Amino acid sequence: MNTSRTYQVEGVILKQARLGENDRILTVFTSELGKLRVVAKGACSPRSKFTGNVEPLTHAVMLLAKGRNLDILTQSQTINNFLDLKKDLWRLACGLYVLELVDSFTIEGSESRPLFTSLLEILNELNAAANSEIALRYFELRLLRYAGYRPQLQRCAICDQPLRPELNFFEPSKGGIVCPHCYSRENPKARYPVSVEALKVFRLWQSCDYATAKRIKLKSNLSTELDHVLHGHISYLLGKELKSRLWLQRLKKELLSKERTATVNQGVC
Amino acid sequence: MAFVAEPLAKLIAEFNKLPGIGPKSAQRLAYHLLRSSEEEARALAEAILAVKEKVKLCSVCFNTTDCDPCSICRDTQRDHSKICVVEKPSDVIPLERTGKFRGTYHVLHGTINPNKGIGPEDLKIRELLSRLQNGIVSEVIIATSPNVESETTALYLQQIIKPLRIRVTRLARGLPFGAELEYADDLTLGQALENRQEF
Repeated sequence: MNTSRTYQVEGVILKQARLGENDRILTVFTSELGKLRVVAKGACSPRSKFTGNVEPLTHAVMLLAKGRNLDILTQSQTINNFLDLKKDLWRLACGLYVLELVDSFTIEGSESRPLFTSLLEILNELNAAANSEIALRYFELRLLRYAGYRPQLQRCAICDQPLRPELNFFEPSKGGIVCPHCYSRENPKARYPVSVEALKVFRLWQSCDYATAKRIKLKSNLSTELDHVLHGHISYLLGKELKSRLWLQRLKKELLSKERTATVNQGVC
Repeated sequence: MAFVAEPLAKLIAEFNKLPGIGPKSAQRLAYHLLRSSEEEARALAEAILAVKEKVKLCSVCFNTTDCDPCSICRDTQRDHSKICVVEKPSDVIPLERTGKFRGTYHVLHGTINPNKGIGPEDLKIRELLSRLQNGIVSEVIIATSPNVESETTALYLQQIIKPLRIRVTRLARGLPFGAELEYADDLTLGQALENRQEF
């Protein structure tokens, strides 16, 4: 029997909150034990050995000591602090959205190595300035799968008939796509039409690895459609709107209007 | 607390509401006040009331002040072309203590925190932008804390101020005096190396 009071985990810090004057409570998603809450004593002091190692969006190896309620962080060695991601407003917002997604879909102490690997994969991709739209949608699909909400994309979620290459509909309460026939008969609340193209992309992403997924070239309207459908499903499952997503949407709007202004100005010149 | 006199119990309960004050500390403070002279107790009570009655926000920089505009904004000897943006009023104190900055300040009263739903409209960012329209300001120094929320705020400010053709700078990052290199995190040490200076 292991009687050691300390143990080591590898994890990504999802969020932190202040505890008293100088301490912090960290929520960490670890590869070994799933989501954990630990206390970093003295982490708010500028001379703390943890400064910089306990910020969200940090991948680190941590030595924890068993505490009465929450375990205590005793040592932390950063593996990757995703510095490039943190230097870019858009990518930083994407990273925070990913962290909130993981935090919302996981419960403490429930281990999920594949989700941990996927989390590291997307953070590395965002850090390397990959196409953030593809990376986010692919990660959302992976997350749904590992959380037990893999959408049904092959057959109608109501009549179980194979889906035809036509405009279908995504029904969050049924956990997948429903055919136009069932959609009109059942009159569900679904507001998510899924084009043939979008369904093809979803099916491919559900079965392929990220290296294959990122080869797809998404047109703007298809990207919006995929985002719309997945967002509908996620907010239905969580029963709430993720706050970081609102920030992401706001930034997207601002960046688009900025691009439009730049294009108009170029045209004037 | 039937075994404690009612006014004393009330004082302990009030102290206990303060940040960093637990029940034991609250009890200690209350008994200390009970033992102290009436003048001391009255001075404390008056100081607390004066803070609530007289202290307000400066209409220019949004720092706490008892006269509007505050003494820094009114000071003509200070450089009004430089604005140092800080998160909260208490951040002005350490910057003033350095004696190295003779410009003015702007207090945001928070940071953008996407995960808590705090956006730019919840901070004094619109007010900062209107200050920048007067044509006097040539540099904005972003003095936010080095953490993810503050980084988001700093990057957002940079994005909206840059088109105004105003210089945007930020405080340097590095090792604090007295810290041990062995315990420095990679991020801080990396930035300290990147921003090293001629010796």
